[in-house]
Amino acid sequence: MADNILTLKNITKRYPGVVALNDVSIEVRRGEVLALIGENGAGKSTMIKTITGAIRPDEGTISFEGKDYSALDPALTRDLGIAAIYQEFTLAPTLTVAENIFMGQRINSGPVRDTRLLFEKAQQVLDRFGVDINPRSLVRDLTVAYKQLVEIAKAIAKNAKLIIMDEPTAPLTDDEVDILMKIVHELKAEGISIIFISHRLDELYRVADRVTVMRDGEVIITKEVNELSKADLIYYMVGRELKESFPSRHIAYGDVALEVKDLTGSGVAPVSFSVRRGEIVGLAGLVGAGRTELARLIFGADPKDGGEIFVDGKKVEIRSPRDAVDHGIGYVSEDRKQSGVLLRMPISKNITLPILKRISHLGVVDTKKEAEVVTKQIDDMRIRTPSAEQLAGNLSGGNQQKVVLGKWLASDSKILILDEPTRGIDVGAKQEIYKLINQLAEEGMAIIVISSEMEEVLGLTDRMLILYEGHFMAELKKEDYSQERVLQYASGEQSV
Amino acid sequence: MKKSSVMHFVKEYTVVIVMILLGAVFTIGNPAFLTGNNFITILRQSSMTGVAGVGVMFVMIAGGINLAVGSVISIVTVLVAMCCVNWGIHWAIGMVLSVIAATVCGWFTGFAIVKGKIAPMIGSLAVKTILGGVAYIICGGLPVYGIPQESKYLGQGTIGFLPVPVIIFVIIGAIAAFVLNKTYLGRYFYAAGSNDEAARLSGINTTRIRILAYTISGLLAGIAGIMMYGRVGSGQPIAGNEVEMNVLTAVVIGGVSMAGGEGKVFKACCGCVLISMLTNGLTLMNISEYTQMVIRGAIFLGAVLLDSYQHRAKQQKVVHAEPKSGQTEGAKA
Repeated sequence: MADNILTLKNITKRYPGVVALNDVSIEVRRGEVLALIGENGAGKSTMIKTITGAIRPDEGTISFEGKDYSALDPALTRDLGIAAIYQEFTLAPTLTVAENIFMGQRINSGPVRDTRLLFEKAQQVLDRFGVDINPRSLVRDLTVAYKQLVEIAKAIAKNAKLIIMDEPTAPLTDDEVDILMKIVHELKAEGISIIFISHRLDELYRVADRVTVMRDGEVIITKEVNELSKADLIYYMVGRELKESFPSRHIAYGDVALEVKDLTGSGVAPVSFSVRRGEIVGLAGLVGAGRTELARLIFGADPKDGGEIFVDGKKVEIRSPRDAVDHGIGYVSEDRKQSGVLLRMPISKNITLPILKRISHLGVVDTKKEAEVVTKQIDDMRIRTPSAEQLAGNLSGGNQQKVVLGKWLASDSKILILDEPTRGIDVGAKQEIYKLINQLAEEGMAIIVISSEMEEVLGLTDRMLILYEGHFMAELKKEDYSQERVLQYASGEQSV
Repeated sequence: MKKSSVMHFVKEYTVVIVMILLGAVFTIGNPAFLTGNNFITILRQSSMTGVAGVGVMFVMIAGGINLAVGSVISIVTVLVAMCCVNWGIHWAIGMVLSVIAATVCGWFTGFAIVKGKIAPMIGSLAVKTILGGVAYIICGGLPVYGIPQESKYLGQGTIGFLPVPVIIFVIIGAIAAFVLNKTYLGRYFYAAGSNDEAARLSGINTTRIRILAYTISGLLAGIAGIMMYGRVGSGQPIAGNEVEMNVLTAVVIGGVSMAGGEGKVFKACCGCVLISMLTNGLTLMNISEYTQMVIRGAIFLGAVLLDSYQHRAKQQKVVHAEPKSGQTEGAKA
């Protein structure tokens, strides 16, 4: 007991409709590196937020250095010595390294800041774990890796006893990962505890003492990392039953509707694949694998660095979303509220936006035709609303998504890219969306589905492409689907 | 039902109600306010702000702002005057050329702001200063007098009892309302201002649309400049000073949202009339120009505060309409 710096006991956190953490208990020992792994949505973020005091758990106790708390708050965690390093840094880019390290701290008394002392003290902190950074450099001039080290130095300067690192290696090159690993070992030697979150399983063996696997808001196992093989880790991460049932559909493939050859850009390495009419292809991968980036490249939302796109066998130039729309491609974005629906506009105007020019005569919108199109889509998509003039912002998430789908159907899209089509949508509406997607495929549409929910990708798609950090890893056919395989490739493992 | 529709009307047409109330107050302050002649005067005064205001409204609906319209007006008065007084160009041709120049100025403002991805407020402020300087350079810093009488017609003439500028104001308002409400182009302005990224992903070239809004704003500022030229009867490099503030106050009072995506021509025009009423009424009540400045500024601040409040209230409503889901939360893990 005495060697535990942090203990979470029976922590439960509920959100409407979802239990994010279900009776979770973990302990972190002094001077150890505890790896925390799990799929998208396993509850890692909620766990971290509980520890950093960003959220209050509904039940359970948190003890830190022997003192019990029912919940923490950010000011308290700072005083206790808990620090978290996220992928988005909290550094002031225009200030020096030293100023950032001691941000919010007074290093000398009196009204005038002693800059010499500041740089000296910063140098001491940096020397302590052997980091070669000039404390006088501006943070904005540093590489990502060094910025991360400054974050760590900042935590140490505040006497952090427990540092949480949320996917610290994701943006780093191999050499930089080595430096980070070395520093983690130094911290450990000084008795600082670290919770290390990573999608890269290899790294865990290099850095962690123990590993905790989470799934569906529960801790599945905590064990010495050497006692578990990669296959074990993957087994524990995915060992869930598939609860959601997926409506079946009649499968009939037509010609190739979309073909992508060596498409590259936005950090996505050249990818080639094709989708047939009537086919639903999944793009799987962990958050940050480049799925959305790939979708946006195809749709012309971001500039591509190279590669070709063929629609119905003909090479097409897609330089903007307009070009994509003209070639019959529709894109349902992952962030519905930011870039999917126009919340302050009515359903009707949302639906006709891409085809407005087509239903106009001499520039004047044909309102009769518009009303017809809108009525048809509200019926077909089964959008529940008192009127077509209802603002999209007043609809539920599921109905908003149907508006977006209706928009693309109204514009006669032949190819539909659905990015997280059911994110933030309740269970009943999800089923409806699945049925609609199936129906569209049966009607001969070529569909690409991106989803962070394993069940969804497995249940909905006929074929799956798996990406890992911008690289194409593998293609799986329906008969080869298994949660283990998907996660294995999504974690960057060729074989287990 | 009845009560809510009354509330709806009050909310929707606040500007009209304020106009009536203000009119009553001014009439009590000075009965001369409530005369036909004075009404015509107010309308005449509001017409130039109105035409420029409709242009600024296009920009604001598309999610931007244009503070350079005052300088464009100055340039146009000076250009027309120089054409007919110093350069021997017929005034009508001079007017056409000036309006073209104004349109180019508008396009340039939009191009710099949209392509350069700079804050519209700052970008148009910079252009305002540039164009303000250009107006002085064109005329050598001095007003240009001695313009032909007939060239003042668009600013001073009347048809029947109606002043020509008022007729121009009404025609332009009607065209703008038609474009914004009936055409696909109009819808694009609202979409771009409401959510640029969502509009772009729906296949709208929002860059082009936003630049077009600034171009229209330049064109209408040019026409407002012609009206101003006629009214002051000379080329004045300071003719458009402060106009942008009046225009901005007027359209915001008229319900055009600073946040973009919202605005109705009729209400914005009412806002323009309201501002003229205010100046007219306060002057009739012998309230000094300096006090008027304070009042105008306070009204602008109030209108912007109200707009910001309404925008936030709407956003909150939208957020609450969405059931918060743990899935979104967890998906980031």
